[in-house]
Amino acid sequence: MILSEEQQLLKDSAKLLLSENAPISALRAMRDAGEDHMPGLWSKMSEAGWPGIVIPDAYSGLEFGYVGAGVVLEEMGRTLALSPFLSSAVVAATLINQLGSEQQKEKYLPGIASGDLTAVLAADETGYFDLSSIEAKATASGDDFVLSGNKRGVIDGHNADLLLIVTDGDEGPSVFMVESGASGVSCETRLIIDSQRAADITLNSVTVSGDALLGSIGGASDAIEFTIDVAAACSAAEMLGISIETFERTVGYLKEREQFGSKIGTFQGLQHRAAQLFAEIEVSKSAVLAALQALDANSEKRSVLASMAKAKCSKVVRNATEEGVQMHGGIGMTDEFDIGFFMKRAAVCRQAYGDYHFHADRFASLRGY
Amino acid sequence: MEHLEQFRQDTREWLEANCPEDMRQPMRSDEDQCWGGRNWVFTSEGQKLWLERMADKGWTAPRWPSEYGGGGLSGEEAKILGEEMSRIGARRPLSSFGLDMLGPALLLYATEEQKQQYIPNIINGKIRWCQGYSEPNAGSDLASLRTKAEDMGDHYLINGSKVWTSYADKADWIFCLVRTNFDCPKHEGISFLLFDMASEGVSTKPIKLISGTSPFCETFFDNVKVPTGQLVGTLNKGWEIAKYLLTHERTMIGGFGLAGGGMKGMGQMAAAKRGTRDGRLRDASLRTEASSFEIDEMAFGLTIERITDETKAGQGTGASSSILKMYGTELNKLRQELYMAIGSTDALNFDTDSKGALVRNWLRSKANSIEGGTTEVQLNIIAKRILGLPA
Repeated sequence: MILSEEQQLLKDSAKLLLSENAPISALRAMRDAGEDHMPGLWSKMSEAGWPGIVIPDAYSGLEFGYVGAGVVLEEMGRTLALSPFLSSAVVAATLINQLGSEQQKEKYLPGIASGDLTAVLAADETGYFDLSSIEAKATASGDDFVLSGNKRGVIDGHNADLLLIVTDGDEGPSVFMVESGASGVSCETRLIIDSQRAADITLNSVTVSGDALLGSIGGASDAIEFTIDVAAACSAAEMLGISIETFERTVGYLKEREQFGSKIGTFQGLQHRAAQLFAEIEVSKSAVLAALQALDANSEKRSVLASMAKAKCSKVVRNATEEGVQMHGGIGMTDEFDIGFFMKRAAVCRQAYGDYHFHADRFASLRGY
Repeated sequence: MEHLEQFRQDTREWLEANCPEDMRQPMRSDEDQCWGGRNWVFTSEGQKLWLERMADKGWTAPRWPSEYGGGGLSGEEAKILGEEMSRIGARRPLSSFGLDMLGPALLLYATEEQKQQYIPNIINGKIRWCQGYSEPNAGSDLASLRTKAEDMGDHYLINGSKVWTSYADKADWIFCLVRTNFDCPKHEGISFLLFDMASEGVSTKPIKLISGTSPFCETFFDNVKVPTGQLVGTLNKGWEIAKYLLTHERTMIGGFGLAGGGMKGMGQMAAAKRGTRDGRLRDASLRTEASSFEIDEMAFGLTIERITDETKAGQGTGASSSILKMYGTELNKLRQELYMAIGSTDALNFDTDSKGALVRNWLRSKANSIEGGTTEVQLNIIAKRILGLPA
């Protein structure tokens, strides 16, 4: 369970690119300017080929696998870089690659791999990722389909080119690719806590042609499960990065800040909490790597490991960001200081693609209880 | 790669042919462990054969050099052996502080002559060792120990006492920390001695624990003579060896945090006892606790794997044993708590037969975060040595 040389190199180059192009100050500037994305970052990431990391070579991807995507996301978590990498290049690309016909993959994957096209999964309607309660419907109409429904809280949904709409019916769930500009699609954008945008998307009798259907009617269950695994493990990797960065900043502060005539890092009460948190982060590192490796190997333990990693990292990142603010004391509560940004992004990552409770419950069910 | 596949094939065949049937059954309790030593009474012919056959191949110590009777296996080969053993549910042929603690220190610090003398008898289980570390006034602050060793020319004269000596009453030899200099900082006057527990002046007294069992002893030394050749390493530099050995002890105790082989998962065990509704464990609160526990248990097991792999690749951090010790023992305490919850009132039986095993294991587990350096000591080590927090 160690990174290969190529994976380590990718991680190092991600760290470099992100520290140059997406430091926290860039996020702050974006927020203060009221913008909804980080200008220039996505094109830098695209030049580096990252949007193609999980896409097969046959469709102009790097075919670098999910461990590769995970190490990039870990580094993104460290600098809180905002981009459609997870939503489009990892999650949506995975679903298209899983379900799509040869023609559909040839049509869309190279665009996603180059970064020119972005796609997002629009599945959830509940706000708590309950995909068993999907009410969006697709009705066949000749060779076409007519789609209706409401999708909630789609991150990056406001400026994606392609929406992957999940519908449900008697046969089971189906996935349709809908262009965001299609007639009948409307999108309401909400500002969320980490300065990103979440879109509530309404489909009002949207007509799409038959080749918009990914896979078969009712045939998307397995691909959706696989995609949930990918999203969970990769989101866990991002939370791991947030935990590590928050922790390092906090330990740095314990070594600097003086009270009662001593560095506060000499106090055993703080030392033990820091040590405890360090151990938890070490444990979550292993959880993430194992989950990512299981995706690359398509192992049968894949889903158990993915939910384990998402649940574990959700808990740890909550702890890391809470301790980060607490140990910084008053200054940790100020907007001027950066530590709060980590807590805000962590709150979003914890909810994305199923929260702790969703994944702990899924884990238990998968383990037979 | 081809070599490793061949090794796996050969190992599988050898284990199939040589592991006795009763050594493939899960251990029912600690009683089923084989500790070896001069006075060991094998519980079955299978237990005896299994130890002899494994020791003969050096596979009780798979990675130790073959010149001292070890298996001489590479990291990959040892991993395969472990996998093949768990595939058939093979028990560990020998539980031993010699294997888990003393041996690695001897390989690093002992003279060639000492290695030749002591290591083969660890591997074949002929000598059972105990650890003389803690003293009545030197627990967490181990380096303040005061058992005295006076240099008498050809021997040291030992006076003092130890406490929490695991199985001292059953051990043949002891590796023991003694003070050889009182006029210096406490870490700089400690030496590392080996001696026979049958020596004149050694006595032991078992300590009865809250679990009703007595795995620990008080150990007394009254003018015990130890030949000077039984000093390991340099005089007064024993603390370095002591610390190195402690990292092995911690890793061993941290291993308690792993799920037992062949055991059902916590959640399934709870479901079997409390029943299910719509396929889910009926008691929602217990289900929540069980899944939280299993998530940590799984992530911890993966962490042991990762740290092992990193160490093999030369990327390990020396203080990782403190993380494993702290996390693993806290996890095991939680495991025992959940077993008690699942066992319900039946779990309260305190009979001496196997029915009382659950409650005894629960009580025993409370020592996990005390022995081998308390959880608080491990947190101190992590804070200072890894995080570099100021003193």
